[in-house]
Amino acid sequence: MSELIKQATPPANLAPIAPPPANQPAPNDLVGNLRAFFRNDLGFLPVIVVLVAISLFFQITSGGSFFGSQNLTNLLLQTITTGTLAIGATLVLLLGEIDLSLAAVSGVCGAVVGVLVAQTGGDTSRGFGLDPWLAILGALIVGAIIGLVNGFFIAVLRVPAFIVTLSGSIAYAGLILVVLGPNGTLKINDNTINGIASNYLPNWLSITVAAIVVLLYIVSLFLNRQLRLRAGLRAKNPVQLALQSGLIIVVVAVVVLSLQSFNGIPVVGIILMTLVIVSWLVLTRTGFGRHVYAVGGNAEASRRAGINVTGIRIAIFVLASTLAAISGVLEASRERSVPAAVNPTLLLDAIAAAVIGGVSLFGGRGSVWAIVLGSLIVKALENGLTLLGQPQEVVEIVQGVVLLLAVTLDALLRRGTAIRR
Amino acid sequence: MADTTMSSVSKGGGVAGKVPVLELRGIVKTFGAVRALRGVDFDVYQGEVIGLVGDNGAGKSTLIKTIAGVHQPDEGQILIDGQPVVISSPTAATNLGIETVYQDLALCDNLDVVANLFLGREARTTIIPAIGRPLNEVEMERRTWEVLKTLDVKIQSVRVPVASLSGGQRQCIAVAKTILRKPKLVLLDEPTAALGVAQTKQVLNLIKRLREQGLAVVVISHNLHDVFEVVDRVTVLRLGTRAGSYDIHSTTPERIVGAITGAEYSDTPQVAREEQEV
Repeated sequence: MSELIKQATPPANLAPIAPPPANQPAPNDLVGNLRAFFRNDLGFLPVIVVLVAISLFFQITSGGSFFGSQNLTNLLLQTITTGTLAIGATLVLLLGEIDLSLAAVSGVCGAVVGVLVAQTGGDTSRGFGLDPWLAILGALIVGAIIGLVNGFFIAVLRVPAFIVTLSGSIAYAGLILVVLGPNGTLKINDNTINGIASNYLPNWLSITVAAIVVLLYIVSLFLNRQLRLRAGLRAKNPVQLALQSGLIIVVVAVVVLSLQSFNGIPVVGIILMTLVIVSWLVLTRTGFGRHVYAVGGNAEASRRAGINVTGIRIAIFVLASTLAAISGVLEASRERSVPAAVNPTLLLDAIAAAVIGGVSLFGGRGSVWAIVLGSLIVKALENGLTLLGQPQEVVEIVQGVVLLLAVTLDALLRRGTAIRR
Repeated sequence: MADTTMSSVSKGGGVAGKVPVLELRGIVKTFGAVRALRGVDFDVYQGEVIGLVGDNGAGKSTLIKTIAGVHQPDEGQILIDGQPVVISSPTAATNLGIETVYQDLALCDNLDVVANLFLGREARTTIIPAIGRPLNEVEMERRTWEVLKTLDVKIQSVRVPVASLSGGQRQCIAVAKTILRKPKLVLLDEPTAALGVAQTKQVLNLIKRLREQGLAVVVISHNLHDVFEVVDRVTVLRLGTRAGSYDIHSTTPERIVGAITGAEYSDTPQVAREEQEV
């Protein structure tokens, strides 16, 4: 109250003291712009630099075999399962939640597809002998249902996601054993399922697909510029867009050509890219995606803006578990068998891939493209260290340190933003 | 009630014969044993800025939340453009053209200015029918600049996360967000609290702009300096009732403080008033 009186004492209704003109803080502009530039336009630069540094290091120390096209193809195949799971992990992280059951769900769905496709009376006591595509569909549905259960507990009952998915991961690990039955590990003899991970696109098809995707992207860049100019908005100049297009063409060409010098683009590579591109489009170009970021940034503000926060949360957990199911199917195909135990490093690899790629653990920040880079870093470390003949324990220690560094960087960046306000 | 005897109450911007955008009559709200509002009358006219002041616990927040549809009054009547209405929820308030900017601003810090302005009401476009309707970023950005220009908000880029903006800019963005819904009445809860001098100036300028747009604005504030700079009329709440409503041009901060603290409450002795004016 005394404060109020103090403020009220001057005769404020007479000429008010003229405050200084509301200038923009000029000295900070350059720094601010630079920071925004690094944050937005070049957000991936540090990750790319790290990936290049790791790759060069292994290329030199392994005597040139790291960049061999056979090893690159191996690296890509090793990245698929983690990468697919990491998309799911990213969706959940964007909401500011976490899903610890992803690897277990992946295992359950792998087991489901294995059992559904197995011939009755074959090499397992149980088997349905289903059409492989129906079996895959079945696995995806199981994944979606598990996601619905997770989502119900987390979004409707508001039980912390950490607890729900931790309990889930324990239960689903048991469920794998139930599905597989007493015999444990199940071999997959179906050619369609096994073919997913072992087939490659013919060269003409890879080049056509890559060309179409790149062309669509470039056309959309210039079309967007046209639309912005017509609406009277600032647009990037054509030189900048041409450079951007040129960069994309070079990157895609290098990847496609180096893969083709071995076996070509693996089908699973196309599947992962499709999943990444679709997730990216949904997250950045649709109202649903915008709302996912909004809920991750400020759930209360989103609710007041009329967004169905509960619905968004459930949908994301369903999508994440469905992606886990896809990764389970891909893993079953790659291994040509379904293990009875959950892969112990899969979950942390996926979350590490997302976080190393710059997805914030605190929600609302990150891009699905980060996953591609993050997964590549995680797997390049593993691949390179194995190439050098390092034992598994060294691989795990290095991965742990890299993950810690990535999370620390995320926390520091967040604090930087908070201080600036 | 005391305020009905208040002959010095001026109608301010409310020209006789005009219907107020919002009128409250005898609003009573109790929470258990606590009588937060004991029959409050309140009115706002188009193109008018009303300052709502009062000490802590005077009922300002309860009154604002009643108008915003968060609380339902136990007794009394709410009229919009002269028509009695029931504001059953915040959504109902929005549909009636009432927008509220709370102190927490309800912004998503991770999203840029455009995304925040259009949150929940994104503009869509059709590229290929049947593949859903993607966001129309160009249209949203164009309208964002339009609104910011109307409100005279200076901002360098609308594509930066709002976390990187100043407090004053954030307040302006929160207000601009409500303007996009074309409201009749905007309620601002402590819009200048915790802002620096230049930023306060920016927000006060924004409030004047809202008045120029023909909106009715209610500003809750503790800062009488700010109140005297922008409002047309001040309504003082004290102990859950209207202690008075003053035309800003014929009153002084001292008299308002008197009304807030109760020094001038009800049948104030003439002596006290004279002392203040000396």
